[in-house]
Amino acid sequence: MDRFRMIFQYFQSNSESVMNGICGLLALASVKMYTSFDFSCPCLPQYNVAYGLGIMFIPPIILFLCGLILNRQSLVMLEEWRRPAGHRKKDLAVIRYMCSSIMQRAMVAPVVWIIVTLLDGKCLICAFSGSVDPERFVGFANVSTVQVQQLLAKVPCKDDELMKNNTSRKAVSRYLRCWSQALGWSILLILIIAAFLARWLRPCFNQATLLQARHWSNYIDMEQKIFEETCCEHSRLFAHKCILHFFESMRHEIKLHSFSLPREGEEAEGEEDLLRGITDQDQVNKLLKTWYYEKPPLDVS
Amino acid sequence: MDKFRMIFQFFQSNQESFMNGICGIMALASTQMYSAFDFNCPCLPHYNLAYGLGILLVPPFILFLLGFVLNNNISMLAEEWRRPQGQRGKDPSVLRYMFCSMAQRAMIAPAVWVSVTLLDGKCITCAFCTSVPVDTLGNASQPHLSQGEIQRVLARIPCKEIYNGQQLIANEVAVRYLRCISQALGWCFVLLMTTLAFLVRSLRPCFSQAAFLKSRYWSHYIDIERKLFDETCTEHARSFAKVCIQQFFEGMSTDLVAARCHLPRKAPADAGEAAEKLLGITDQGTMNMALKSWHRCKPPLHLHPPALPTGNGWAGQGQPPTHTSAPRRETAAYYSWV
Repeated sequence: MDRFRMIFQYFQSNSESVMNGICGLLALASVKMYTSFDFSCPCLPQYNVAYGLGIMFIPPIILFLCGLILNRQSLVMLEEWRRPAGHRKKDLAVIRYMCSSIMQRAMVAPVVWIIVTLLDGKCLICAFSGSVDPERFVGFANVSTVQVQQLLAKVPCKDDELMKNNTSRKAVSRYLRCWSQALGWSILLILIIAAFLARWLRPCFNQATLLQARHWSNYIDMEQKIFEETCCEHSRLFAHKCILHFFESMRHEIKLHSFSLPREGEEAEGEEDLLRGITDQDQVNKLLKTWYYEKPPLDVS
Repeated sequence: MDKFRMIFQFFQSNQESFMNGICGIMALASTQMYSAFDFNCPCLPHYNLAYGLGILLVPPFILFLLGFVLNNNISMLAEEWRRPQGQRGKDPSVLRYMFCSMAQRAMIAPAVWVSVTLLDGKCITCAFCTSVPVDTLGNASQPHLSQGEIQRVLARIPCKEIYNGQQLIANEVAVRYLRCISQALGWCFVLLMTTLAFLVRSLRPCFSQAAFLKSRYWSHYIDIERKLFDETCTEHARSFAKVCIQQFFEGMSTDLVAARCHLPRKAPADAGEAAEKLLGITDQGTMNMALKSWHRCKPPLHLHPPALPTGNGWAGQGQPPTHTSAPRRETAAYYSWV
């Protein structure tokens, strides 16, 4: 019993740590995904914007959904939200608390992706190379409109024949990367300040309600886990009883049908107990066949 | 018993984690397989499509089947599905639950393969290089080239070393275009799969939670019952074997004593356990006969009620001890047939 309690306490204290761990792993996975992804801008006028912005925004949506799926607490929260009230009232503050903690954790990986993308710069260069003002760059200043669009679209592709040694290409690329990195650092700064303020100012507002909400959300989580464990324990005992009944009924049937003599009490000890009255090949075969063809009813009363 | 219970609970609660672990390992194995696979586009007009789509679609199918094969619960599902009804009704919702959970886990490795393939781009580049829009991307004005010739040139796009169509369409332009399409398809596929998984997971508590709890309980129950039954049978088999072998040795020692026609040595009062364990076989010749008999003539799978202890030293075959009641005599007679 003691060991059980220790294990439960471990789960209790670590439920938050487990979720934080998953959150961190997803953030690392998002960085790894970005570095292993082979970014190749199409360098065609209409496709660049779609590709660049797509790479910047679709993976974060995927990571956000993954963060929600992998978080066990989101299921618990949904169940608590949708359950019928019954004998236990529903406390919306608890549900709100759970929802906000789940969302905060799920938002980490997408934000990491967006920031890494912006700091790297390739996406923005690909998406907005066609939107820069060509007059500001010597190499594109006196070119016809149609051609300038084509040329600007090829800026992200360093190895293209037209762009290989073009200094204006490098200038546009640097310009866009500078904007991209500035945007990335600004977003990072704003988010960190927001997180800092939220954490420091939270105790000033509704601390008591917060403590209650946190307690009851942990409680709901724990209760769910314990219910599942109790069901496992119960099904194990149920199965044990069912099988014992089955062996007993087989022994009874064998006694009725065969002419072998009833065993005297003095013989039944040790190994005989485990044999449960099934002592030859035919009886064992019959037992196994009956187990398949006629499983016993789910009733151990 | 306590240790048993804890181990059971560990396995039960961790059976899902165990299955998830296998699922994750297969997903990693599929990425590893893809990176180790040497993709070789044939660069011929009709073969490209077959090769590219084949590499895109056949390994996922194999991985899906492998996911089922590696899942221990498949035999449990098949057994529950095919067993005769007997005294226990069958619940189709339990079968559906088991099948769905296995199918969901088996779908992960194929989905990973398809995503990695699409995001890498080689397959789509190989399969659809003959369909590149030459009008918009290159010079369509090549009058001396017939349609077939153009197809052959375009088919060589994935093979840079032998590509001879730079005037028609630049190789890098075509490859970038195809790869862009491929990656867009890949990300859309991943988004679709993730959205489906999210919907399946989050809509369930909203609609059928009670039915779900019931199906989950009974599917775990079936699994535990099967394991416990196997354990009980193993225990039974062990006891059966032990008693059978004991009876064999006793039978042997009885036979030998009868064959040699001499009085067996009376076991001294203080012989101890070792003498008992010798089961009456105390010399090389006897042991050799016992071993030969075990090989040539194994005892029947039928356990007798244990022989009575012999007070006068005779363990004579077919000689009923005098102080038994009537049923014992019948048992002894039965002995003599054996």
